[in-house]
Amino acid sequence: MPVSTAAVGKRYPPTAYAVGREKIREYALAVGETNPLYLDPQAARAAGHPDVVAPPMFAVVYSAGALGPAIFDPEVGIDFARLVHGGQEFRWGPLVFAGDEITTAVSVKDISERGGNGHFVFESQSTNQDGATVCVGTWTNIVRGG
Amino acid sequence: MAQLKPGDTIPELRVTPDRYLTVRYAGASGDFNPIHIDEEFARQVGLPGRILHGLWSMAQVARAQTDAAGGPEALRRLSVHFRAVGLPEQELTVTGTVAEVTDGIAVVHAVAEQGGTAIIRNAEAEIALD
Repeated sequence: MPVSTAAVGKRYPPTAYAVGREKIREYALAVGETNPLYLDPQAARAAGHPDVVAPPMFAVVYSAGALGPAIFDPEVGIDFARLVHGGQEFRWGPLVFAGDEITTAVSVKDISERGGNGHFVFESQSTNQDGATVCVGTWTNIVRGG
Repeated sequence: MAQLKPGDTIPELRVTPDRYLTVRYAGASGDFNPIHIDEEFARQVGLPGRILHGLWSMAQVARAQTDAAGGPEALRRLSVHFRAVGLPEQELTVTGTVAEVTDGIAVVHAVAEQGGTAIIRNAEAEIALD
């Protein structure tokens, strides 16, 4: 399928996400986590953390709001009827805790055509309230050719 | 901290997502794509039924790493390729082997399988050992 690469390099406005203790618990239980660091504020504090810890994959939750405008951007041109999630990478920095405020900025990293499929690669960079990069995500979406 | 050396396997993780798991994960993650929560819709678009969220399956791969490492702070990187759809009510197994250890970082190659089919292949994790 022919793809337009016009949107490569495009950046979207950052979004802010306030990390809540109960949202971490909801997410942790949904993915089967039992580590008390994620669930019990006392256990987290006893381990030297300010509050419960977000599991690494909680990056999905605090990044999601920033991804939406990029994935739905008409200039990117993703055909959702033929979209599959091809691959995902996260690189993590310091831990995220309940009470943090995470700001995520998304850009279009690459658009290409391979084997008749469109490959749309987005990058998210998430920063905490102290300016530390807590996660960089690379989101590869594949639009199957037809 | 974990003691991992090349060739070591990480403890196998086994989990069976129950019938309503995709609904709970949709709420927890904010991904309400109907292919995950609406049986009829999923079949209409050619799927065998409601499918697992790929990022839930990736979270199982991540959990196998943090369990092996002894905590969340050790997991520095995880990359996966989604290769097949995952289904509720079928056991999912995550296995992994340490490929190399360089400068205190163990690189683990992992696979997530259901019924003998790799739904996540070529997963690569970096775990800090100290």
